[in-house]
Amino acid sequence: MSRYRAIALLPVMAALSGCNLVVLNPAGDVASQQGDLVVISTLLMLLIIVPVMALTVLFAWRYRQSNNTARYEPDWDHSTQLELVIWAAPLLIIICLGAITWVTTHKLDPYRPLDRIAADKPVPAGAKPLDVQVVALDWKWLFVYPEYGIASVNEMAAPVDRQIRFSLTASTVMNSFYVPALAGMIYTMPGMETKLHAVINEPGTYKGFSSNYSGAGFSHMRFAFLGLSNQDFDGWVSKVKTAGGSLDRNAYLALEKPSEAVPVQHFGTVDPKLFNAVVNMCVRPGTMCMSDMAAIDRAGGLNAGGKAAADAILRANTLAGFPDTQATGLCTVAEAVEAAANEAAVNSGAAVQRPTVTPISASASPAGPQRLANP
Amino acid sequence: MTTTVEAMHGSHAGHDTPRDATPPVFYVRDEHAHEAASTALGFWIYLMSDCLIFAVLFATYGVLGTSYAAGPTAKELFDLPLVALNTTMLLLSSITYGFAMLAMEKGRTGQTQGWLAITLLFGLAFLGIELYEFAHLIHEGAGPWRSAFLSSFFTLVGTHGLHVTFGSVWLVTLMVQVARRGLIPANRRRLMCLSMFWHFLDVIWIGVFTFVYLMGALR
Amino acid sequence: MLETLTTFLFGRLSLESFPYHEPIVVATFFAVMLGGIALVAALSYFKLWGYLWKEWFTTVDHKRIGIMYMILGLIMLLRGFADAIMMRAQQAIAFNGSEGYLNSHHFDQVFTAHGVIMIFFVAMPFVTGLMNYVVPLQIGARDVSFPFLNNFSFWMTVGGAVLIMASLFVGEFARTGWLAYPPLSGLEASPDVGVDYYIWALQVAGVGTTLSGINLICTIVKMRAPGMTMMKMPVFTWTSLCTNVLIVASFPILTAVLVLLSLDRYVGTHFFTNDMGGNPMMYVNLIWIWGHPEVYILILPCFGIFSEVTSTFTGKKLFGYTSMVYATVVITILSYLVWLHHFFTMGSGASVNSFFGITTMIISIPTGAKIFNWLFTMYRGRIRFELPMMWTIAFMLTFVIGGMTGVLLAVPPADFVLHNSLFLIAHFHNVIIGGVLFGLFAGIYYWWPKAFGFRLDPFWGKMSFWFWVIGFYFAFMPLYVLGLMGVTRRLRVFEDPSLQIWFQIAAFGAVLIALGIGSFLIQIAVSVLKRKQLVDLTGDPWHGRTLEWATSSPPPDYNFAFTPVIHDNDAWWDMKKRGYARPLEGFRPIHMPSNTGTGIILAGISTALGFALIWHIWWLAAVSFIGLLVVAIGHTFNYNRDFHIPVDEVVRTESERTRLLSGQV
Repeated sequence: MSRYRAIALLPVMAALSGCNLVVLNPAGDVASQQGDLVVISTLLMLLIIVPVMALTVLFAWRYRQSNNTARYEPDWDHSTQLELVIWAAPLLIIICLGAITWVTTHKLDPYRPLDRIAADKPVPAGAKPLDVQVVALDWKWLFVYPEYGIASVNEMAAPVDRQIRFSLTASTVMNSFYVPALAGMIYTMPGMETKLHAVINEPGTYKGFSSNYSGAGFSHMRFAFLGLSNQDFDGWVSKVKTAGGSLDRNAYLALEKPSEAVPVQHFGTVDPKLFNAVVNMCVRPGTMCMSDMAAIDRAGGLNAGGKAAADAILRANTLAGFPDTQATGLCTVAEAVEAAANEAAVNSGAAVQRPTVTPISASASPAGPQRLANP
Repeated sequence: MTTTVEAMHGSHAGHDTPRDATPPVFYVRDEHAHEAASTALGFWIYLMSDCLIFAVLFATYGVLGTSYAAGPTAKELFDLPLVALNTTMLLLSSITYGFAMLAMEKGRTGQTQGWLAITLLFGLAFLGIELYEFAHLIHEGAGPWRSAFLSSFFTLVGTHGLHVTFGSVWLVTLMVQVARRGLIPANRRRLMCLSMFWHFLDVIWIGVFTFVYLMGALR
Repeated sequence: MLETLTTFLFGRLSLESFPYHEPIVVATFFAVMLGGIALVAALSYFKLWGYLWKEWFTTVDHKRIGIMYMILGLIMLLRGFADAIMMRAQQAIAFNGSEGYLNSHHFDQVFTAHGVIMIFFVAMPFVTGLMNYVVPLQIGARDVSFPFLNNFSFWMTVGGAVLIMASLFVGEFARTGWLAYPPLSGLEASPDVGVDYYIWALQVAGVGTTLSGINLICTIVKMRAPGMTMMKMPVFTWTSLCTNVLIVASFPILTAVLVLLSLDRYVGTHFFTNDMGGNPMMYVNLIWIWGHPEVYILILPCFGIFSEVTSTFTGKKLFGYTSMVYATVVITILSYLVWLHHFFTMGSGASVNSFFGITTMIISIPTGAKIFNWLFTMYRGRIRFELPMMWTIAFMLTFVIGGMTGVLLAVPPADFVLHNSLFLIAHFHNVIIGGVLFGLFAGIYYWWPKAFGFRLDPFWGKMSFWFWVIGFYFAFMPLYVLGLMGVTRRLRVFEDPSLQIWFQIAAFGAVLIALGIGSFLIQIAVSVLKRKQLVDLTGDPWHGRTLEWATSSPPPDYNFAFTPVIHDNDAWWDMKKRGYARPLEGFRPIHMPSNTGTGIILAGISTALGFALIWHIWWLAAVSFIGLLVVAIGHTFNYNRDFHIPVDEVVRTESERTRLLSGQV
């Protein structure tokens, strides 16, 4: 019987071997550990699933009505031993699986730096991970390499066997960053930053895409992930550098506008503050950064300690050499402080007259933090 | 199933019935009146489901309650004496509703109606003060669209206010019905349900008062 | 001036809102209109409106309401399945640069509508319908605790379905996926009416679902026949109780979270916005705190159905009744502790992820115990392979695969590579079709003779069964493979041509399922025509074990002339075994609730209110809101809500049954 089944399964196996089960057979160490876990968990569960399916078929056949030779015990409805077994068997498997889950979830936590770059290779001492900042835009991917001061759209490259440290965010809606050959996915969300650590072990061109539906252009939100040797990676970097194009705030704001099936673009220089501004949703001049907003809130609001906090933010940024309002959109903090002071003078203070809501460039955009009043 | 049972028996016991067993009773003739007991239970379950809505709103306030978006904070906005007055109104309305129920138990229609009317007045006073507070906040630029904190504040307190509003409409309806038909069992049952509803809103308000206003002012 | 007037009168609604330039929609519209006109004409010609209104639309009889729920579920199944087959067709052809035949505007509506309809307006009505029909009979009651509320709940569900159907021809539906995550469902990313249709359809239907949950809990707790202690309740009643507890304890969360989303969209609040302190992740958490119990709301009653079917068709007592009950209760409680497994990839941290992963796995223990209980019920039984039992066996073989892949997805690192992939799609269709839908079919075939007095034709039933089961495997096994190939869900076009064959196999499976649905409809038609041959006079065609089989098929309005007294879990089996004799005299008038049109009127006004809010027609919203209050308050002034069925009518009904029974041997 089982031999026949194996023969019957052959075409299925053949069909499967013809296709690329990338999840089970990836090129990156993290994904490969995750793929192994898929197989191990499945095998563990098959320990109970297969007997149950076999018994179902067996009992259904054996105790069919027409089989008069089988025993019939209409009132047999309880057996303590059997009950123990049917609760204990799944319990044991779940205990094993639970233990595996606890260990692997911590070990493969995307936020945790890698401790190995392949099964037999620990991360070399002193090796610096490659930082990549990822922004999911409508509907394309932006990759910024702060170390090299370059950026690319819908194409990213990484050297083989070097740890990659992703910082990810999104511009307007949720997406999920996924390169099946590299590592598991992680959501990218506007106003928030998520992390992912991974490594690619074999050179090649791999598919990357968004794995969380994000609107009309979602299907085309794909990018090529290039696993390159160190030499080729350096070549890629210099190619991008010479490609020209500068990604400053205005270029980003133009890029951010929704577009579909966008071809690969390269930017030779990048505003180093850009990613931070994207995460804090203050790329557009005249918008208050969320981190500043949070600092003021933590200090108890503008009329309490927050005015001091806002002053401090202003001072710190001036000292850091970013006095101009474009750097982190601080003009609105300044405005906020001013408005709070005015308000305090006029009103001795129960409430604040919307200090932050009327930045100078309020009409510039329909979105962003300055959109306050009910439309 | 406390009703007396006039039992009817199966005409003859089957052959596999144990000899010494009394003949089994397979049906009863009487009618069961379920409605009253079911209504109390059903209304309780409804209140619990309503409680879950408030639980979500409280949780939302818990998460967003300090997201002022560099705007006004709880401490700046809340006028505790006003809220204390408001709380007093609602607590008093609960007490007077209690008196209405006591009068109902004694079958005194007039007295019941009187206490219900007083309850209604307290309820309306509560709503009036709350509306004043809302209007004041919105006038100062601290409307629900100003920040996530204010969104969750207005929604939590406003949902409670809406409940009190519907409670008041219901109260008026019941007063008309009692006036028309007196304290018949159906009306007593309805007064009971509204009583649970009214006290439930009181309990929720105590949560709002403590969790939103007091803790907000202390923060 | 004119513009102001039209905006006042019609809100956002304009001629452009009607998709008259979309050939597919226009064709559908005309087909629906022709069908609708034909139906209306037929009903008018045969003068059935009065009958329908008096006997069905305004009925408070739990049996008729249950049947109406089933009809609603069946109609919506056709709509939801049409969406499914459109998706399968699109994904089977959109390769090699082809855009397929659906643009993203359509495709994105189609998959959103498919999910929403299948869960809220197919599975929920079917499950609620069966519970409504069967539970009062199983516990020996005359009706549910609040019969008027029951009618109202049903029509609210219909109201939600009407709004969803309206979105097909007036405006558009959401393009957000079935749970409408913000910021995508927020005002900035989705300014059109689609999400508003979503919100109000679910709000209107949700009121109905919550009230029906309260109603059935009260019914089960308060209206059981004498002698039926909790541990003597039939398993289906137990699972129904747990399901309704879940409904009451989870739907208010959905209501609240949708209110918050609508405030964001209508008032400009900042609950789930990106800016001003809003937090979209909170929506994801809250919606899944409802969403996960929802899955168990659907599957638990089906577990109950399988229990009833297995013990009936093996001719045995259910193995391990007590552990079955405890397993159900444990699943009920645990279903609240697992919601985070739907978004492990949102960055919650390893300890949180492991906690929710492990609680999820723990649910598989009671579920596994249930499977074993059915298995050992079959052991040493005499299994009759009637249609309900065939569906049960198919369920046991299919569901364990879905359960296995479910536990696999509960391992967070494994989920990181399979989340949102077609593997996930295959998994949940494996449990929802293999569990819920197979269970519903088992239930429909099992209780059909009870509801209508004749069996369903077995030939077409077997056709339907095999088409469905084989079709299911063809449609969803390829999706498992595609998931392992790293293909994500909700894609409209594909680049990699090697994937196409798998999508074509899946599309073939969908065609088989279409044949299965077709066979089911033919089966109903054939059975109605052959009802004389298929008739069941005994009221107990399957040698049933629980109380619903003690009365006639279909049962009289009052279900039982005398309230039964229960001594055993398998009450009717016990009665048969111990020589129960049907009472033939001593009947009394029976106290019953009266029909009322208030439910359908209130639901109609609520639907109008929803429509007005969707299109920003504020005057209509105000008018319908006031109308709602007036009708609801007016209803409370009606104190005469019941009547007595006179003795002679009871005697007549019961003697007719005596006559039919004596015709049997």
